[in-house]
Amino acid sequence: MKISERWLREWTDPGDDVEAIAETLTLGGLEVDAVNPAGPRLDGVVVGAIQAVTPHHDADHLRVCTVFDGSASYQVVCGAPNARASLKTAFARPGAVLADGQTIAHSRIRGVDSHGMLCSSAELGLSDDAAGIIELPVNARVGLALTELLELDDTVLEVNLTPNRGDCFSVIGVARDLAALRGLAMKAPVFAAVPAQSDRRVQIEIADTSACPTYAGRVITGIDPAAVTPLWMRERLRRAGVRSIHPVVDITHYVMLELGQPMHAFDLDKLSAPIVVRGAHADERIVLLDDRDLQLAAGSLVITDQSGPIALAGIMGGAATAVSSNTRNIFFESAFFEPVRLAGVARRCHLQTDASQRFERGVDPTQQSRAIERATRLLLDICGGVPGPCELTQADAASVRNPIRIALRPAAVGRLLGFEVEPVRMAEILRGLELAVDSTGPIWQVSVPAFRFDLTMEADLIEEVARVVGYAAIPLRLPLAASRPAATLPGPHTAGTVRSALSARGYFEAITYSFIDPALAQMFAPDQASVPLANPISQEMSVLRRSLWPGLVAVARHNLNRQTEGVRLFELGMVFQNDANGFVQFDRIAGLRCGTVAGQHWAEPARETDFYDIKQDVEALLRTLGKVDATLVPGRQEALHPGQCALITVDGVVIGSVGAVHPAVARAIGISKPLFLFEISSGDTDDHGAAQFQPISKFPAVRRDLAVVVADAVAAADCLAVARDAAGPLLRDLQLFDVYRGQGIDSGKKSLALGLIFQALSSTLTDDEVDQAVKRVTVLLRERVGGTLRE
Amino acid sequence: MNDIDDLVAAASAAITAAADLSALDHLRVHYLGKKGHITALLKQLGALAPELRPAAGQAINDAKQTVSTALDARRGVLDDEHLEHRLNAERIDVTLPGRGTAPGGAHPISRVIERIEAIFRHAGFDVAHGPEVEDDYHNFEALNIPAHHPARAMHDTFYLTDGRLLRTHTSPVQIRVLEHSSPPVRIIAPGRVYRCDYDQTHSPMFHQVEGLFIDERVSMADLKGTLDAFLKEFFGREDLKIRYRPSYFPFTEPSMEVDIKLESQHGISHWLEVMGCGMVHPNVLTNVGVDPERYSGFAFGLGVERLAMLRHGISDLRLFFENDIQFLRQFA
Repeated sequence: MKISERWLREWTDPGDDVEAIAETLTLGGLEVDAVNPAGPRLDGVVVGAIQAVTPHHDADHLRVCTVFDGSASYQVVCGAPNARASLKTAFARPGAVLADGQTIAHSRIRGVDSHGMLCSSAELGLSDDAAGIIELPVNARVGLALTELLELDDTVLEVNLTPNRGDCFSVIGVARDLAALRGLAMKAPVFAAVPAQSDRRVQIEIADTSACPTYAGRVITGIDPAAVTPLWMRERLRRAGVRSIHPVVDITHYVMLELGQPMHAFDLDKLSAPIVVRGAHADERIVLLDDRDLQLAAGSLVITDQSGPIALAGIMGGAATAVSSNTRNIFFESAFFEPVRLAGVARRCHLQTDASQRFERGVDPTQQSRAIERATRLLLDICGGVPGPCELTQADAASVRNPIRIALRPAAVGRLLGFEVEPVRMAEILRGLELAVDSTGPIWQVSVPAFRFDLTMEADLIEEVARVVGYAAIPLRLPLAASRPAATLPGPHTAGTVRSALSARGYFEAITYSFIDPALAQMFAPDQASVPLANPISQEMSVLRRSLWPGLVAVARHNLNRQTEGVRLFELGMVFQNDANGFVQFDRIAGLRCGTVAGQHWAEPARETDFYDIKQDVEALLRTLGKVDATLVPGRQEALHPGQCALITVDGVVIGSVGAVHPAVARAIGISKPLFLFEISSGDTDDHGAAQFQPISKFPAVRRDLAVVVADAVAAADCLAVARDAAGPLLRDLQLFDVYRGQGIDSGKKSLALGLIFQALSSTLTDDEVDQAVKRVTVLLRERVGGTLRE
Repeated sequence: MNDIDDLVAAASAAITAAADLSALDHLRVHYLGKKGHITALLKQLGALAPELRPAAGQAINDAKQTVSTALDARRGVLDDEHLEHRLNAERIDVTLPGRGTAPGGAHPISRVIERIEAIFRHAGFDVAHGPEVEDDYHNFEALNIPAHHPARAMHDTFYLTDGRLLRTHTSPVQIRVLEHSSPPVRIIAPGRVYRCDYDQTHSPMFHQVEGLFIDERVSMADLKGTLDAFLKEFFGREDLKIRYRPSYFPFTEPSMEVDIKLESQHGISHWLEVMGCGMVHPNVLTNVGVDPERYSGFAFGLGVERLAMLRHGISDLRLFFENDIQFLRQFA
């Protein structure tokens, strides 16, 4: 909310500078985001009187004006259609500086000397109205600096109100809090009631008294349709960020800004009384002031006449009954609508207005008539007219808000704040905030004024005391708490360990959005639906990821497009799936490798990443995760190359996969290099507890190498398993150190070179023992995988 | 006896002249081997008269010793020369790049979260986690934000089609923790949160760390003391300027926001909001079955991106989620 410093000082003036006021408000809970000048400096721009206007000899649209600035007359060439003799306007003398920084110089326009310039509102930086020169009040003193006339030596405070402080959505509200924070009295102006001069009235019926307990209205007839909003009011509206529209509308806005009470003005002649305040029927529509044709939700609170809805209560008026330049008779509405009945309606209709913002947060339910009186006075002064009676329609007492009373234990204040506030000081603070305090008993009774909607319990009162005392007064203390050895040690398989392990292997951690493009999701899981968002920001971020791969692949593409040679990325994050078992969300670890294995090196040939590089990374990660029993078995996974894919299993349960991206998927994504991925569901980490020691042999080991020829289709892992099985307990280690195809080996076959390392715990092995074991291995390899020893 | 002296002189000359170890080995055999010249003299000893034998034996042994010492000395010299040669031959340029994989690194957001976790673990806080797809109850209702509360406007919420939502803050972890444990409670909960807002200064996904401390007689002074110590540790500056000002969150009362003042590069400094916090609202405690008359507590929430930007001098929020390796590398 924007608020003029001068306007604020009319209600509470602490006497010091605006920065100090802003600091008080900020530290009191009304955060001042900025303090800006109310307008440009306009040095050398004064009130000028046009004494004479003559045509320009060489241009139809230009006139030559004689302008008096209080001490001298100037010849000024002007193109404004409204330049006329006797008009008082803004005159920029030669040397003056306009809003855009332009300095006015003597000039010659189409052969006529021009000494200065007559200015439009736009040129003065006061509005975007550039249609003509500004028309100043007839009583403005000629020669007076324009900044003085318009009181431009003012600032605008931008107050960032929290949603609980609807009571501060006005000059009076901010002034009230400022007075309380500084311990000052308000200078509240008194608005005298304007007596009725006619008995014209509009009958009001409130059908929904819980939503609208109070409705004040007043008819004013015979206003001057030619009246214009005075400059001082336009200026105050401008400083509050409100456009001047029509004097009647401007007055309702002015009162709202001042008192916080939103008002509406109907064109009386377009109304067909009575006015009924009720919930909308299911099929009703309304065309609003902004010409929007709205289908009303059943039950939305509306103001109606015999024609149907004429206003969306507390949000916006209807077009059919709007005031216009022809309006002569009006009806002012100043009502109280219950916040809970309006809350959310405006947002659902995408209609956040100044009025709805205030009603949603709660306006003072006792100020409706005061606002009408204030508006009437302003209207009579500006537009004339004959006021009818100010009529207050109120529901029965039961539905009118009762003042809230809160029990306050003075000791609770010190307990919650951590320091003692003198009871006398506490009572003084609360009374300063216009709360009534009965401090006679051990438990105080505090009554909350009607304009405070945020005070309902003791803790709320403690906050009021704290913010007036100042949070800075609360001491710093470190809490005392039971010291307990860790209940949950950060285990060995935490995110931090995974990050360290993968970082050590050259991977960078990425963080990608949890919502992705459904087209991308589709590429990775063509047969599975992703969970969509109901209100995505864009199509590209509209479904929840089932896998971390799409995000990582997009990041890889970004980096490859920026000439990164080797890319290694990982991400830790949640994935979301809605499958047969219902909706699930769980943590995953995923990684991606592509490009060269390790940049160009002076001593190493450059090599492109292949499956076995990422496989080693995965195996290292599995160890880090404590998944000592995990095995990689050939398998299929969507989006992966069917011939370069392994499933990661623990006890037969698949916990992840690793492999090359399917070339078709890579092409669709736009990556030409081979791309390798892994993904593991980290939630299933196995904690095997502390590792258990195995004895180490002191006796020498014996190594025997075998070259076994098997069919190409036989998996190496199967051969190793057979060898391990056959070799028995003396086998300490088994290595596969070569795979050979080609000369000397039949096509369709391959030779695997196995290194068997034998060692016994309690003795030196004999040749015979080793020979026996090797023999078992060769026999079993032949029997189980058709392996023959290479000649 | 002149024979012996001549023999030793000849041997010494030959040893000194030996160019390498094999020549030296040859000389050792030539003089001291089984058929060597000096060994041969020993064999002739038996032919001498008994009274002459001790003196002659002594002379031969001396000669043997002299030659042996000369051999060892020459071996030492040759070894040293050989080593010197080898060391020269094996000299490499140690400034050439090393081999193997250069390490990667954790994302700056993760690093900042780990730093925050470390600081709070030191004060006895556990780290808790919660789901990112939440229900309305945990994200709003239980936190004292009923359906039509104006504060919901502060949370531009992403919804799923079934009414569930992406959590708008990490505060629901407070509720989930308190549903399954009873005071005293000390936790922090880092994680991703989501708001339907996307521009230069807003990301639809960002990270928060929630903190919760519930015990008997916990006060705002405890809250201020804890945050003061945390912020000074996080930024590594004992002289950090910190300001506390009243604010509003439905789930805390009283509520406050924490601002810090850091010198910018240009010497200009202004207050920057870094955290929201407050005393846990009695309604929230009641919602999870904690007696607000017996227990009180504080809660706080901080934006990780904001702290990461301040700590690392990053000016554009979007860099965090672009994941350019040139960016990520800088924090590894």
